[in-house]
Amino acid sequence: MNTTTVIVGSSIGGVRAAQSLRLEGYEGEIILVGEDAELPYDKPPLSKAVLAGKAEESSIRLLTREQAEDARIQLVLGHAATGIDVAGKLLLLEDHEPLRFDNLVIATGASARPSPWGQRPGIHVLRSLDDARKLRADLLKGGQLAVIGAGFIGAEAAATARSLGLEVTVIDPLPIPMSRIFNPEIGHWFGDLHRNNGVTTIFGTGVEAIEGEQGSFTLRLTNGQKVEAATVLVGIGAVPNDAWLGSSGLLVDNGVVLDEYCRAVDAPQVYGVGDVARWRHSKHGEDIRIEHWTNAVEQAACVAYNITHPDSPRAYTPVEYVWSDQHDWKIQVVGRVGGNAEHITIGDPETHGRFAALYTSDGVNLRGAAIVNWPKALLACRRGMATGITVEELRETLQPLLEPRPKVAL
Amino acid sequence: MPVVKADLQACQGYANCVVGATDYFDLDDDGIVILLRTEVPESERARVTEAARSCPVSALVVED
Ligand SMILES: Cc1cc2nc3c(=O)[nH]c(=O)nc-3n(C[C@H](O)[C@H](O)[C@H](O)COP(=O)(O)OP(=O)(O)OC[C@H]3O[C@@H](n4cnc5c(N)ncnc54)[C@H](O)[C@@H]3O)c2cc1C
Ligand code: SF4
Repeated sequence: MNTTTVIVGSSIGGVRAAQSLRLEGYEGEIILVGEDAELPYDKPPLSKAVLAGKAEESSIRLLTREQAEDARIQLVLGHAATGIDVAGKLLLLEDHEPLRFDNLVIATGASARPSPWGQRPGIHVLRSLDDARKLRADLLKGGQLAVIGAGFIGAEAAATARSLGLEVTVIDPLPIPMSRIFNPEIGHWFGDLHRNNGVTTIFGTGVEAIEGEQGSFTLRLTNGQKVEAATVLVGIGAVPNDAWLGSSGLLVDNGVVLDEYCRAVDAPQVYGVGDVARWRHSKHGEDIRIEHWTNAVEQAACVAYNITHPDSPRAYTPVEYVWSDQHDWKIQVVGRVGGNAEHITIGDPETHGRFAALYTSDGVNLRGAAIVNWPKALLACRRGMATGITVEELRETLQPLLEPRPKVAL
Repeated sequence: MPVVKADLQACQGYANCVVGATDYFDLDDDGIVILLRTEVPESERARVTEAARSCPVSALVVED
């Protein structure tokens, strides 16, 4: 009997789930549903090459119509899913008849957290291709850019805007940027990176209000300071797109809640991948949700495997990985960093132009690492995380590789 | 036999491919991918294709 897998969400998680199903030899029908009418596209370049105007939009397509046809992936784009009838195995859609499924993959990702300071022309968020087009159009008009939030996306957009010659101010309520992710020492280096590249930074201060209109905004800060800006980017994080699951009866708690095999805890024929998925990481012993590209890809492969091997499913236990490009830094984070973990750093940005911060929670074993501009260290850490390695062993490997090299920046 | 090809200009050294198939991919000192083998036996196609597709900049393809 022919089975049908319906995948909701036509971005990296959904597209890869469809492709991986075919790779695993799945013979049934595959229907990929997306709210966005655009052909599936990739998001990381939106704050980097696409915003800079260095990449054609065609270069970020994840799936062309021909590729979809060749892989027998049916596209239903421009229709939002509105609910699931779990017992009746139906996916309900806006302006479209319901789709019957045997297996359903939820890959609806996340949305940018909206601006709490009003939403009007000139105040941007950055999540979709359309967001990137609009922001770029405003950047090209020139004038000051104010970025609220010094997280990955805010910091990348600030760096890109500098490369376009704009004056940029980054504002973040945290006194030390990225200190929710890293320890203060590394956070300070991120602050230096911005300032060394001509970004004005205002840290430890929140935004109270955005006044004025496009072209002449005034941001009123909590310390009384005022910042003028022609354009504002609000980069204050993302929220999972799980509201549409409200009536489904599935357990939703900051993402759809899944078991260790990425199946909905109360409906084993429903799976989840990517930014919307909160699953039980059996090695960490907790439910986690990750908003990074590589996780969406690896989780999609695992779900495809589990759909095609229902009798011998694989638990999903990835080592977290994310990269970010800011100014001339290639930043890569492996495993779990920050928090209460102790750390040592090898190299530093001033002398070596590269460094690795190695984190441990038991004082011995590597738990995570943050690496800047150092491919060999990245590889050693990713391999070490996969097989288990002590911080001391890694230090012995990496320290001899360090040679002073002139900084590229400044 | 299928072969794997790399676009060395595109490669950004993210090492996802190396993690995915450590017997096919490695990185050089500048963080550019090295192909350890190029021929992919049919029995390994799925695994190597997954590793190639895990490249964030689509620098790798497995072709017939
Ligand atoms: C600007 C930017 C830069 C980034 N840079 C990096 C980076 O450098 N490194 C990194 O690791 N990660 C990066 N990320 C994060 C990475 O892109 C995400 O983790 C990834 O896109 C998650 O994929 P996903 O498929 O789970 O969700 P999403 O990409 O959010 O896709 C979800 C899809 O589902 C659709 N959808 C939502 N609701 C519905 C509904 N009800 N019905 C139908 N369809 C629906 C949406 O339209 C969307 O197409 C970046 C993200 C952004 C926005
Ligand atoms: S995953 Fe892609 S970018 Fe990364 S090392 Fe491999 S080929 Fe290069």
